[in-house]
Amino acid sequence: MSTTKKDNSLVFSRRGFMKTTSLASGGMLIGFNLFQSCKPKAEPSIDLASLNYNDFNAFIEIADNGAVTLYSPNPEIGQGVKTAMPMLIAEELDVAWKNVYVKQGDLDTENYTRQIAGGSQSIRSSWEPLRQTGATARQMLINAAAAKWGVDASECTTSEGVITNSKGETLGYGDVVKDAAVMEIPEEVTLKEIKDFKIIGTDASNVDIDKIITGKPLYGLDYKAEGMVYAAVLRPPAFGQKLESFDATEAKAIPGVIDVVKIGESANALLNSEKRNWTVVLGSSEKVVVIAESSWIAMKGKKAIKANWVAETTLESTEFQDEKLNGLLDGNNFTTLREDGNVNKAFASADEILERTYESPFLPHNCMEPMNFFANVTADKIHLVGPVQTPEFAAQAVAAMLERDVKDIHLEMTRMGGGFGRRLYGDFVFEAAEISNTIKKPVKLISSREDDMTMGVYRPAIKYRIKAAVKDGQVTGYHIKEAAINGNMYGLIPNFFPAGAIENYKVDVANYKSNITTGAWRAPYTNFLAYAEQSFFDELAEVMNVDQVQLRLDLLENVKGTTDERIQYSPERLQQCIRMAAEKSGWGISKDGVYQGFVAYYCHNSHVAEVAEAVIEDGLPVIKKVTCVVDCGIVVNPLGAMNQIEGGVIDGVGHAMFGSFDFKNGAPTTKNFDRYRLIRMKEAPVVETHLIQNEFAPTGLGEPTLPPAGGAVANALKAATGKRIYKQPFMQDPSFWKTPEKEILG
Amino acid sequence: MPTYQLKVNGISQTVEVSEDTPLLWVLRDHLDLVGTKFGCGIAQCGACTVHVNGIATRSCSTTIAQLENKEITTIEGLSENGTHPVQIAWKEVDVPQCGYCQAGQIMTASAFLAQNANPTEEEIKNAMHGNICRCASYTRIKKAVQNAAKNIES
Ligand code: FES
Ligand code: FES
Repeated sequence: MSTTKKDNSLVFSRRGFMKTTSLASGGMLIGFNLFQSCKPKAEPSIDLASLNYNDFNAFIEIADNGAVTLYSPNPEIGQGVKTAMPMLIAEELDVAWKNVYVKQGDLDTENYTRQIAGGSQSIRSSWEPLRQTGATARQMLINAAAAKWGVDASECTTSEGVITNSKGETLGYGDVVKDAAVMEIPEEVTLKEIKDFKIIGTDASNVDIDKIITGKPLYGLDYKAEGMVYAAVLRPPAFGQKLESFDATEAKAIPGVIDVVKIGESANALLNSEKRNWTVVLGSSEKVVVIAESSWIAMKGKKAIKANWVAETTLESTEFQDEKLNGLLDGNNFTTLREDGNVNKAFASADEILERTYESPFLPHNCMEPMNFFANVTADKIHLVGPVQTPEFAAQAVAAMLERDVKDIHLEMTRMGGGFGRRLYGDFVFEAAEISNTIKKPVKLISSREDDMTMGVYRPAIKYRIKAAVKDGQVTGYHIKEAAINGNMYGLIPNFFPAGAIENYKVDVANYKSNITTGAWRAPYTNFLAYAEQSFFDELAEVMNVDQVQLRLDLLENVKGTTDERIQYSPERLQQCIRMAAEKSGWGISKDGVYQGFVAYYCHNSHVAEVAEAVIEDGLPVIKKVTCVVDCGIVVNPLGAMNQIEGGVIDGVGHAMFGSFDFKNGAPTTKNFDRYRLIRMKEAPVVETHLIQNEFAPTGLGEPTLPPAGGAVANALKAATGKRIYKQPFMQDPSFWKTPEKEILG
Repeated sequence: MPTYQLKVNGISQTVEVSEDTPLLWVLRDHLDLVGTKFGCGIAQCGACTVHVNGIATRSCSTTIAQLENKEITTIEGLSENGTHPVQIAWKEVDVPQCGYCQAGQIMTASAFLAQNANPTEEEIKNAMHGNICRCASYTRIKKAVQNAAKNIES
């Protein structure tokens, strides 16, 4: 697909996923499928004739006057791809970023299908295809200018939307755009060399900034349609319960309540049918829905419903789940995900053995914008609008549920008030569609914070037991066991560091199936695994009497030159992060009253090292600062990248410190922000970020700085208080109690 | 349902809602001012912050019946075209991630700076502590408030 020339620029010869046309208004429109171009290895349809503009969902428009508009349809959950992805195109198109207008699909856009999945892989996988798209357009413009001048295209150069030939004559993109639109799409284009980048690597503001700061409608909850009513859904209060009966008399008497209906049958039928060939949370239970003229009345009506619920399966409590997970760790029912050498032999001949168990609770996502969706199901069309990260899947599932053709569905995505994994699950889309189908009206499903926190697809509770063997000053064996709820670590996670660094190494997993719905939460599994392993290394270094940083550097030394293809982290790159973090944070240089904790971690294709600093204030430990070194390859938009990095670190610190979520009789014990504690301004540490400069292709940023933060905090707290914390959230540990009896916070 | 007279962003409005309706939902559902956001409904997150007679107020927990003869300002009315020093600072610093909490943050910050134009870092942290940002853009929020204070001064 691509070849690298001697001068390091990339030459592409893959066409076919683009089409150009001239616009009635005089400009040029280049269509391409962002979704396809973001799959690095997907072979696009080559048959150009079979493509029409409905196959494209992203466009570059170059107007007569040279103005460039990039239509970006990608879902934005706060990670900044809506800004960074167009930057890649603009770079190779060779236009000035300030002259580029990035247009979002507005909330009311009709007939514009943009079924795009987002995620932390967006930039990584679009790095080459999007640049190729821009380069192709640029080449066509050059070819048009060259033809006009009667010169060879290779004599022409471009800069900021202007083409220059060897005689010094110039033409603007707008001058040749009409001719370019009908030119053949070039067979091959050459991408810029990294040293020639003008846009990539420079700061670009969030493209939605003006709308955000002036309060324009952007989010799903802001969407309105003619004749729209509001729906509040009463779901079983506990996992394991189902609806037995309900009385809606009082609710119906409230002025503004339009109707009270029951849903769940269609979703149930789908759940139990053969058509269900995907894994998803559908909420199998029947629910009571209050339909009202306004959000407030819908919520008020819901409170007035008298419902009876009966237990169908076990109503679990945190103690019950604890017992189950402990039983798994103590038992023998594991699946082995990776095994090198023989850990048992290593333990048998060890000088010293260290074994520790780490525990974490369930966590809700708590997106700032509660789950919501608009649906209008009519005989000829289904219109769905709102925040969802998996629109293609949601459309398919709704079609299957309502026994409709997926072509009837028109789904629009809005900007999302946070995702963190929660909006990968389309439960609220199905509910909205079923409600609209039942009442035959356009409807907006809304959730209160209590609904949102109790209808969760939670980060599951997990426990890790890690055991290491030390012999002659070396780590000779490492055995990690995972006991988790509903699922286990997957993909390449078992091959993350320290896999490859220790001769005898084993990853075992087991899980308990609970009726509590669980799923992806920002940096799945690693969000807790990093804390467990990195705390363990800290303790291991103490046992071995070596410096924490040195232990990690030494272990990584063993990985160099590995031929194991499952090992995707680079020991050299991780070592570089470690050295820089140690240097920038002044590791090992004692500062009075400042206690440091170190971590180094690889996930989501990025390498990170963090140093947290704790001080004691009023007799209690406080995290004041985190130094964070990130190697995520080339940074497309440093301004956006720093925001992601800082947010990831503070989010990681916050959830490790405060995130607590328990169940009693199947129901969450915290339901809103009065009892559920999120990190706030005064608790947020200063984050000092350093980016490693290199020329590797860009990798993920939305997630990789979060997992290490919990470990850095745990290690800093140990340094400050002398006590190791084996359980999250740390705030519930007695080190944070003023007096042994009284828990001051959390 | 009873009718209420309101003055929002300098414009008099009449709405017909039940007397327990929070200002938040009057703004969002009845007046089409959706810039004010819903986050918790119990005065814990600050997403719904507006100004009532210049004071930062949680609109989710202020009922319509409490607002007679009061001047209400929402994010849409903070300035024309986003030119309030706090909005300018928010743009300069590029604060938002998902952006959902930011209207509330801006309304809290602007009311605070109107009372205290030259705050210390500690005062800023205290003033902004009540507004949750789930994306944890706290570093930039603090910086933007500091910049806004400078903008106001000059
Ligand atoms: S919605 Fe009013 S404070 Fe949270
Ligand atoms: S920017 Fe997302 S909640 Fe603040």
